[in-house]
Amino acid sequence: MTDTQRRMKSGSRLERVLRSGRFAVTAELNPPDSADPGAVYDAALVLAEVADAINATDASGANVHMSSVAICALLTRAGYEPVLQIACRDRNRIAIQGDLLGAAAMGVRNVLCLTGDDVTAGDQPQAKRAFDFDSIQLLRTARIMRDKGMFLSGRRLDVRPKLFLGAASNPFVQPYDWRPKRLAKKIEAGADFIQTQYCFDVPRFQKFMQQVRDMGLHKRVYILVGVGPLRSDRAAEFIRTKVPGVEIPDEIVERLRKTPTEKKQEEGKRICIEIIQQVREIEGVAGVHVMAYRQEELVADIIEEARLLPRRKRQDVPRKTEGEQEMLEQRASTARTEQ
Amino acid sequence: MSVRNWIHNRPHALEIVYQFTEWVFYRLDPLFARIGYDRTDRLIRPAEELGKKLTFDCRMCGQCILHSTGMTCPMTCPKNLRNGPCGGVRSNGHCEVKPEMKCVWGEAYERSLDMSVYGHEMTMLQPPVNRRLEGTSAWVNMLTGVDKEVPEGWVSVEELSATA
Repeated sequence: MTDTQRRMKSGSRLERVLRSGRFAVTAELNPPDSADPGAVYDAALVLAEVADAINATDASGANVHMSSVAICALLTRAGYEPVLQIACRDRNRIAIQGDLLGAAAMGVRNVLCLTGDDVTAGDQPQAKRAFDFDSIQLLRTARIMRDKGMFLSGRRLDVRPKLFLGAASNPFVQPYDWRPKRLAKKIEAGADFIQTQYCFDVPRFQKFMQQVRDMGLHKRVYILVGVGPLRSDRAAEFIRTKVPGVEIPDEIVERLRKTPTEKKQEEGKRICIEIIQQVREIEGVAGVHVMAYRQEELVADIIEEARLLPRRKRQDVPRKTEGEQEMLEQRASTARTEQ
Repeated sequence: MSVRNWIHNRPHALEIVYQFTEWVFYRLDPLFARIGYDRTDRLIRPAEELGKKLTFDCRMCGQCILHSTGMTCPMTCPKNLRNGPCGGVRSNGHCEVKPEMKCVWGEAYERSLDMSVYGHEMTMLQPPVNRRLEGTSAWVNMLTGVDKEVPEGWVSVEELSATA
């Protein structure tokens, strides 16, 4: 066993990539409203080519979709590397600890601990909110399970879940000065990596990173910057007014507005690539997290055009049998033609 | 409510009042122990509830950390967050869930900057809430120490880094 391997907390691919100092790429999978596992594989196929890990969202925006635990279980079966997102909104501490163990048993090695959007943001605002934990308490609990080998109650685990623990950060909303402090709190609670909210305001992010570096936090946690393409100025307008916590500066919306309709999507992609290239230069940034909601087919292009490729040999991407690979590719191509 | 705001915006005065009340309660502890904490709870709770509800919109979680959260009740955050603001704050600094309300944590942070006694406690890691204490007197829980009890598995950073 090498020294690095011994220091590994989870041994996940994402952890290895980050520890090796390579610029990491994660991507968000659009969870299906379907009971068909094929829908998950279709969505994963276009991302896996370029992503070190795939995030499975936990009813993001409080809209119900296939559960993140199930998506992750399907992904690990096919040899993909998932990041399990767990929000505190829907489950109490009993359910969450059970899910952490179950997911680890299914081969999940990365977890992103979130507070979660409020139920009122989704299509079932009548629901009861749990919020038994907040994201920091969830992080600490996951770390206790991993490092102390026990539940929160103190009851011993036979086998510890080997997890690489992630947390979110949103540098783009108030109170700005508190955001680096909250990040520090998350690191203290147990965060190994951070995936930020969508970054459209690079100067704001630079200010945040300056504070992060002043506090020395970038040496204690891997920060992946959230990015994504905007389909049009209307989409941008919708996102910044309806999606909690996403700030899009007027210049970007204006730039899209001035672009002719048929070129808007291309321009949105261009903006995303520019942002990746800018944040990549910032000291303390360890990677990007691409969230291309309903434009997943663009992710590979974005990563390639941002010159983050080639960085990896093809064969160590999905460990699948030839038959499976063929089936998945077929599915993906039919899905593409249907669009 | 303007009176509430007026009081709220004097966080340093509030923390001094808190500090004094805490001192009084500890001084009276032998008396309360004699009366019995259950009975004390019944005696104190109505006044505590009324006072804290009017000033802080208290939710009677029974484990008050007001002084550690900028003299702003964290349970009034619609997500009940006890460790800081979520990522859903609107661009005008208002709450994601209740657009008409300022973010509870934004206010807590600003107030904590004026608090020379307890302001630094904002960075403390708050353990999960003990839901069994809901509706009981936080002052009495402070005296019995039940409000500081954490789940057996909840450990400090030092303990964690020693084993990790």
